[in-house]
Amino acid sequence: MPAPETREIEAPDALARAADNLEELEGERMTLNMGPSHPSTHGVLRLVLELDGEVITDARPEIGYLHRGDEKIAENMTYTQFIPYTDRLDYLAPLANNVAYALAVEKLMGVERALPPRCQYIRVICCELARISAHLLGLGAYAMDVGALTVFLHTFTEREKIYNLIEALTGARFTTTYTRIGGLARDLPEGWVEQCRRFLEEVKVNFDETEKLLTRNRIFVDRTRDVGVLPLEVAVDYGISGPNLRASGSDHDLRKAHPYLVYDQLEFDVPVGSVGDCYDRYLVRIEEMRQSVRILEQCLRQLPDGPIAIDDGKTVLPPKEKVLTAMEELVHQFMLVTQGVKVPKGQVYFGAENPKGELGFYINSLGGGAPHRLKIRAPSFVNLSVLPRLLKGNMVSDTVAILGSIDFVMGECDR
Amino acid sequence: MEALWQSLTLPPAFWYGLLKIGLAIGILMPLIALAVLAERRISAAIQDRIGPNRVGPWGLLQPLADGLKFLLKEDFTPGHVRKAYFWLAPAAAMVPPFLTVAVIPFGSTMGSQNMVIADLNVGILYTFGIVSLSVYGIVLAGYASNSKYPFLGGIRASAQMISYEIAMGMSVVPLFLLVGDLNLGKVIEYQAQGGWLLFKQPLAFVIFLVAAFAETNRLPFDMPESESELVSGYHTEYSSIKFALFFLGEYAAMIAVSALMVTLFLGGWTLPFFGLDQPAASVWGGLLHLGIFFGKLGAFMVLFIWVRWMMPRFRYDQLMHLGWQYFLPLALANIIVTALWLWLAAG
Repeated sequence: MPAPETREIEAPDALARAADNLEELEGERMTLNMGPSHPSTHGVLRLVLELDGEVITDARPEIGYLHRGDEKIAENMTYTQFIPYTDRLDYLAPLANNVAYALAVEKLMGVERALPPRCQYIRVICCELARISAHLLGLGAYAMDVGALTVFLHTFTEREKIYNLIEALTGARFTTTYTRIGGLARDLPEGWVEQCRRFLEEVKVNFDETEKLLTRNRIFVDRTRDVGVLPLEVAVDYGISGPNLRASGSDHDLRKAHPYLVYDQLEFDVPVGSVGDCYDRYLVRIEEMRQSVRILEQCLRQLPDGPIAIDDGKTVLPPKEKVLTAMEELVHQFMLVTQGVKVPKGQVYFGAENPKGELGFYINSLGGGAPHRLKIRAPSFVNLSVLPRLLKGNMVSDTVAILGSIDFVMGECDR
Repeated sequence: MEALWQSLTLPPAFWYGLLKIGLAIGILMPLIALAVLAERRISAAIQDRIGPNRVGPWGLLQPLADGLKFLLKEDFTPGHVRKAYFWLAPAAAMVPPFLTVAVIPFGSTMGSQNMVIADLNVGILYTFGIVSLSVYGIVLAGYASNSKYPFLGGIRASAQMISYEIAMGMSVVPLFLLVGDLNLGKVIEYQAQGGWLLFKQPLAFVIFLVAAFAETNRLPFDMPESESELVSGYHTEYSSIKFALFFLGEYAAMIAVSALMVTLFLGGWTLPFFGLDQPAASVWGGLLHLGIFFGKLGAFMVLFIWVRWMMPRFRYDQLMHLGWQYFLPLALANIIVTALWLWLAAG
């Protein structure tokens, strides 16, 4: 039996061609390059947008302009030497990064529960100050992106006060390098607690002012409500964390879910959004700052006396006067400086609730003073991954509202 | 020789007209400088800052320093622009506001002279004709720059300004139904006798005010610039004095619409007490009327500045929605209601 006669059917192709023609009729798409040098991509994020008129049909984030190879750098130095590099991750909350990194190393060493209470409280204070500072900037920049410049300057005034506090505490305003493995660089200076209490009173007024300018501002609500909606399932699928996840309706907060430091002894609420739009992300951040103030007030009230570091010469540098007079301390100092803190063989992951989300450090150690491999789970990196999905179908003006509400830091994203 | 000289002699009205043009420009330019300084100082006050206070007493010479800086900066023309239009655009942005001011009566009389450059009997038609020219500067800039951000800014600007021009034009129709004349001097006369039109036509005033914000591209309607997403919109590629011309044009436009609002809704140079609603008999009275006019103008300028620093920016589609679906129908309804009311009142 001869094979049935076959012939090429062109129909699908013709249809496809017709569709192509239709697209031509609809008009040309424009590719708009947003960033890496652009006023509202906050650093060096680059977005390649494909536009149909003003509507975004495709969005592709390009990252890596600030890549410094932090993870590789970590393999070539002692654990303590890497602390300054953590300042440069989320550079809007360096104190929180210091704490998260120190806790990760301490967890690997199995000493995180041995930290003296005063040290733990001061670390919580650091984290929450950093959270307020980061959120103030995030909200200010967010408001500035949708056109409200005044909010930005008002929140910046408060950040300045936080920087003064941080300067008094660590000696630096920006690159704090405050924690040490097993403790802190130095104790609170005299009068710091009162200064911090005064600040907390003042910053509460600032929250109210910010809310007056934005929360029920019709234009702001129009610009943010139902814009960039991130449903909870999508947020979980993409691994979003921090305020962005909570705005979508999850109450996942590492401070509650896996309490570290003394968070289990402190009272605070976790604000949760309902829709997951830009407006919810704004509201969650405002409330988170209020809760941070609550935590700080409790910490300052309950702050115990005592040492600020583990009493172990093999982990923490001994006091200088003893180094110059006692043999044992001299040896400890020599070993710590030349070889670093001895960390046992093994691997550990520790995630802390940072202002931007879950900042995680995975450390793989073969023993000795330097990590074999260090991986940083950067919340900004993960949060940015959802951008193509969020941006599609929105207008160019929404891009800045969405970027502002996601609140990312490229230093952390690119590492 | 004598005959030739005679034929060359122009009537005194010409010389007075020239003097008034000179005065108007001579007053408008310092006003712009003052407005820029006011913007910087008021925004500073709103934002808990101090603002420029180093140049001259209380920073009064700051605008001069700004201007000098603009002049001395490198005037860079990017290689990819369409040169002729690129040069034309800043001028086209600067001229219309100055032309608008020509028909505004900014005072009553000085001696025998009416304080208006061109006492046109179609004043308001002329104004809208000129105002609609101001879109060209921005569109040309967007087109000539030949790059994407200015292009988007230019497109937004043309849509926005044309839309709001319609609402603006419609909003003033009821005024002229009431006044029965297009001459702006007559509008002031009417208000001196029958009370300010602000109280008779509050809806028209609101529409006009909002449209004025949109026409001058000020926040919350600064879509064409929208610094955060379009970098600087239509003037992204401009530098030096060309940028300064756009900048001056924006402030000149603000002053022009403020002057228009003062004339149309707030009774121009009149005040309803102390007999200040009658043309001045003396030079001092004339000066007082000038002062009243500029006082009202200043109040509007402060409003412009204040709103800018308190509001976020609309999104492009929301702005069009607002213009076409709220303001235009409202303005049309206002015309019909006013016409009906006048018809019924006339019996």
